[in-house]
Amino acid sequence: MKAEALPLRPASVQDAFSRHRLSWIDALPWVAAVLVYFAFPTYLALGTLVMISIIFALALDLALGYGGVASLGHAAFFGIGAYAAGIWALHVTSEPFSGLVVAGLAGGLGALMVGPLLLKTRGLTLVMLTLAVATLLQAIANADWCKPVTGGADGLFGYQIAPLFGRFAFDLEGQTGYWYAAGVMAVVFFVSKAIVNSPFGLTIRGIRENQVRMRMLGVPVVRRLVMLYVVSGAMAAIAGGISAQVTRLVGLDSLAFMQSGNVLVMLILGGMGSLYGAFLGATVFVVLSDRAAEIDPFNWLFAVGIVLILAVRFAPQGLVGLIETAADRVGWRRDSR
Amino acid sequence: MAQGQPMSPPALEIEGLTKNFGALRVTRQVSLTLEDGARHALIGPNGAGKTTLVNLITGLLAPTGGRIRLSGTDVTDLDPEQRVALGLARTFQITSLFPALTVAENVALALCSRFGLDRRFWGRMRAQVEVIDGAASLLDSLGLLALAPRRIADLPYGQRRLVEIALVLALEPKMLLLDEPAAGLASADRHAVLDLLLRLPEQLTMLIIEHDMSLVFRIAKRITVLVEGSVLVEGAPAEIRANQDVRDVYLGTRHHA
Amino acid sequence: MVMKLLATALALLVDGIAYAMILFLMSVGLTITLGVMRIANLAHCGFAMVGGYIGFAFVSMAGFGVLSSLAAAAVVTMILGAVLERTIYRWVYATGELGQILMTIGLTFVMIAAANLTFGSALHAMPLPLSLTRDMRLGAISISAYRLYIVAVSAGIAGVLWVILEYTEYGARLRAAVDNPRMARCVGIDVPRMFAGTFSVGCGLAAVAGFLGSPIMPLEPFYALEYLVPLLMIVAVGGHGSLKGSFYAALLLGIVDTFGRYYVPAMGAFTIYIVVVALLLWRPHGVFLRSAT
Repeated sequence: MKAEALPLRPASVQDAFSRHRLSWIDALPWVAAVLVYFAFPTYLALGTLVMISIIFALALDLALGYGGVASLGHAAFFGIGAYAAGIWALHVTSEPFSGLVVAGLAGGLGALMVGPLLLKTRGLTLVMLTLAVATLLQAIANADWCKPVTGGADGLFGYQIAPLFGRFAFDLEGQTGYWYAAGVMAVVFFVSKAIVNSPFGLTIRGIRENQVRMRMLGVPVVRRLVMLYVVSGAMAAIAGGISAQVTRLVGLDSLAFMQSGNVLVMLILGGMGSLYGAFLGATVFVVLSDRAAEIDPFNWLFAVGIVLILAVRFAPQGLVGLIETAADRVGWRRDSR
Repeated sequence: MAQGQPMSPPALEIEGLTKNFGALRVTRQVSLTLEDGARHALIGPNGAGKTTLVNLITGLLAPTGGRIRLSGTDVTDLDPEQRVALGLARTFQITSLFPALTVAENVALALCSRFGLDRRFWGRMRAQVEVIDGAASLLDSLGLLALAPRRIADLPYGQRRLVEIALVLALEPKMLLLDEPAAGLASADRHAVLDLLLRLPEQLTMLIIEHDMSLVFRIAKRITVLVEGSVLVEGAPAEIRANQDVRDVYLGTRHHA
Repeated sequence: MVMKLLATALALLVDGIAYAMILFLMSVGLTITLGVMRIANLAHCGFAMVGGYIGFAFVSMAGFGVLSSLAAAAVVTMILGAVLERTIYRWVYATGELGQILMTIGLTFVMIAAANLTFGSALHAMPLPLSLTRDMRLGAISISAYRLYIVAVSAGIAGVLWVILEYTEYGARLRAAVDNPRMARCVGIDVPRMFAGTFSVGCGLAAVAGFLGSPIMPLEPFYALEYLVPLLMIVAVGGHGSLKGSFYAALLLGIVDTFGRYYVPAMGAFTIYIVVVALLLWRPHGVFLRSAT
């Protein structure tokens, strides 16, 4: 079976497999990060928020864009991670990396607990269940008996975060936080890329395309989806953890529907199923919402709503899709996705 | 099953299989035995419950009663995935593939599953030489190699049908269920499918549901006629062709169609 | 003492049923939408809100009476629903669930923003006519007249719906369309037009629920999201597309929620979520399994 003189093998067959190639595009986010650091030194907090959102969006992209899991409650994991990191810093140690690991573990564990039950359902039932779980978590966090742990409506605050590597303190200008987020973003991105390019990545895409067929190929679909969900949950939780550590504040809004809705909008805006969409969408959304929310939060909501409606009709592949179509027209050779 | 003969258990054995949807009895006490290498066809008028029977055998539906055995193993309570692992494969009446993926990726999914690679999240897919070589040679042997980089969504229906057969063959199944493989195909494509089916390995057991009688009589060595959920008659093609009850059923339904 | 316990329980029961009835009325449109066209319409709660606000506007700004405001609210919302169905909903019939979910969430956001723009973020409600502000007394038992009114009106509407569905030709065609849209089309039922009409009526019913229910479910911009999850839960537990199922599911949800909040305050707010999640995991296709309607 190997090394035969088949005329077309294996180059064209190999090319028939899409992959997320490492190219100059992948360096852009960090180039941008460096540029922003020097060009807009007063906006580091916003930049950090963008990067946290990118991580969150990457997490959802894996679950939804690649796996087809329509989760409207991903804030549950973000919130779990945020609270886990906050509680860790408050009660155990203020060392940040361990806090991040704890956050990731908490998110992964949460996904592992609800995943096997939720992922047996599909369609609107699944959407509704993800919503219900997130709402449930928010209600629990707000409950009186939970107050000592989560701080209830006041949230968690007043905890310190120790310097990174013992040297780089989290300063008020947010420089350490900025590079911290950038570093984690790099790790998360490369992990996502590896997963997407792996055989498991192909399996996941197969599940998204046709679950019944996957079962008839002998693949235990629910178990694979749970694996994906755990990874996605852990990543989202890490995003929440960074948020908790950098802002030194965790509130109920980390679990709110708006959090889930926002990250979904980011992905629609940027484009699902390409990883790059997470970068584009999160950046555009966070920057715009920061500017707009200052002016008028309700008008911002209005604009987001309109964008969603129009995007579904006119740009279902988001900004990435628009860019790819434009690149096609101009005649640039496309990276296979 | 004759006693005292040292033969291997039948590839497929269905005993008294029943399926009710509430008061609706779709499958009634169906029994069927297929030996290794059988070429068996299941025919019957629309609504006879043929696809339901296939869904029961593959495990997508749970039976109300009866038992199913694959090569001697009782699979009645097993999930579809587990039955596939035991060597069962099927094609669907409406081609069931992965539209946004390429032909090569489709076949690769079957191979990954077979090699147990489907959960490997390290290593690049493009570096899985066994899978890629396997996909290449399978597609080549079926004359579909040129289609490898094309997306399923971009292929005409006839070619998709062939890809689906390639997909199930990639599993190297012992027992193959084909649900109307020629449905919706133009005659040229129909010949291509027939050719392919005739060239399949002899030890592969096949159960085909079909309406296209010419295909049925070319491939099948035994035929079961299913009417309103129960077996009307079973026998060799010549017997079935001559059977008066069968003719009545078909003539009868043709009147009411 | 026992009388007091009974009295409380009875009052809670009525409360729970009233709440359930409002939710049921609201859910009718969603059930049909899901059943006939399999469209996931997450903006449905938004229509209820819009209807409630419009009714309120007619009362407070145009000086209409409560009943005529109710009618006006229903009509305006029906028109709005019909227009939106012809335009943006058409866009997503073919896109599959995700597209529908996203578009309808977008629509919900727009509704929330519009509500805030027009009415601000203060709470609003339908002003209760004097006759309904009283409590009805039966010995030690005291029940709010308004809630009884809600139960009566909703039961009445549910009854009318039932009669239409079971005994009229329109109802038969609708049931056929729910059971098997493709087959219905083959038999000559104009499914898209039927759907457009039913969607509109569903929005109208939601408007009635939103306006009529506003004393216990006050109107504010985020109303559209507030009751979305309970609404979805009712439809899911009832079995997508089953009106009878939704009815029982609504009763279950309303009563469990009301009793839960009162007797187990520590868990009150989310007893219902736990119950529903458990129910759906037990029977993912709907606990009150899909029957003819």
